[in-house]
Amino acid sequence: MLTKRVIACLDVRDGRVVKGVQFRNHEDLGNPVELAQWYCAQGADELVFYDITASAEDRRVDLGWISALARVVDIPICVAGGIRSVEDARAVLHAGADKISVNSPALARPELISELAREFGVQCVTVGVDSRRVDGDFWCYRNTGIESKMSRENRRTLDWVCEAQERGAGEIVLNCMDSDGVGGGYDLEQLSLVRDRIDIPLVASGGARVAAHFQDAFQVARVDGALAAGAFHRRELLIPTLKQLLKNEGIPIRC
Amino acid sequence: MITIVDSGGSNLGSVQNAFLRLGIPSEITSDADRIYRASKVVLPGVGAAGRAMSVLHARELIQCIQGLKQPVLGICLGMQLMFEYSEEDLVQTLAIVPGQVRQLPRGSGLPVPHLGWNSVEWVESVSRSRLVDGIESGAYFYFVHSFAAELTPFTVGISEYGHPFSALIEKDNFFGAQFHPERSGATGARLLKNFGALER
Repeated sequence: MLTKRVIACLDVRDGRVVKGVQFRNHEDLGNPVELAQWYCAQGADELVFYDITASAEDRRVDLGWISALARVVDIPICVAGGIRSVEDARAVLHAGADKISVNSPALARPELISELAREFGVQCVTVGVDSRRVDGDFWCYRNTGIESKMSRENRRTLDWVCEAQERGAGEIVLNCMDSDGVGGGYDLEQLSLVRDRIDIPLVASGGARVAAHFQDAFQVARVDGALAAGAFHRRELLIPTLKQLLKNEGIPIRC
Repeated sequence: MITIVDSGGSNLGSVQNAFLRLGIPSEITSDADRIYRASKVVLPGVGAAGRAMSVLHARELIQCIQGLKQPVLGICLGMQLMFEYSEEDLVQTLAIVPGQVRQLPRGSGLPVPHLGWNSVEWVESVSRSRLVDGIESGAYFYFVHSFAAELTPFTVGISEYGHPFSALIEKDNFFGAQFHPERSGATGARLLKNFGALER
């Protein structure tokens, strides 16, 4: 049976893993390669690496540390950060990523999703969506890696995820910005709304601190994977413990 | 030395890294002569069947691969290409193993692609594949695909996503895994190590 994925997300800035609160005030949490090895040993199902300032700084993700990670990691790696073209994506995949995730560049030029899907197959293409509730609706944000460059898009999240799927996304990672780093749990309402609109895998992101948050994401919002960063990096929540608790609740989990 | 066929896919580096972690040297090539003389061959592949077949045609590798006598391991798309036909791009494939590759049904309530860790049961009616020595039936492997091969007499590992499909196949010297052993943690590493230990 296909298991639900527990995903560790490493936000990288200047070669270090960082974590903020609602995408602001980042603190340094360590070396990406060391953390990646630790997560493999802990039984994480997948790792996501975001070069969080790449898009806002108008550059591509740093290939050097992707190669370094790919050499030591034996679980799937998804890489995000400033991938604007098929050639950018090819370089990242050749450096050892299994999937690429596009966010701001896809908002700027949605055809990018179709081009990547055509070239590498939909299974390679994740679309990350940074979304925030404004005036009773959910809206996409871009360039969220640098506070001063962050801006709201004139796109509703629920429309954008459908368009992304239509264009060839193989997976959506929904970063619910209001719950990010707060530790109050995933935005189940927003995730459920997205879940009902797409039939590609959906990954929850933003707000997890305890096992019950993961349980709710899997059982209430019916997501396929749930991602966390701070709670894992600070070792407030250990993946083996989390997975055992989820398994005890009857959720299909690899452990 | 393991020879990894460059069929234009993007997971070549992942496969090479996985062998490197096991201390097994490998090379990546699209040279038919090197592939023909290799002690073992891996046919990886990420992408679409049509494009991969045109790359193999353009590099004149079709007959070379079909005629190999040493152990050959197809991974993901590489495994699918070993069958006769793929619904993806409606393309004739290598026809090393009888059977067809079909699209996973959409709209059945299960997200497509089939993406994540799924269990694989060894088929007990056939002699257990040497590839799975030391790996228990029901072990988890990482999958990411939208097309899958039907069950055939050469299916040695079955996984299920809505309905059962071939997760691992073996016919003579040809092996194929729908999952990604290079990304399946210690279990996947064991499978690759078993492949590396096969005798010609």
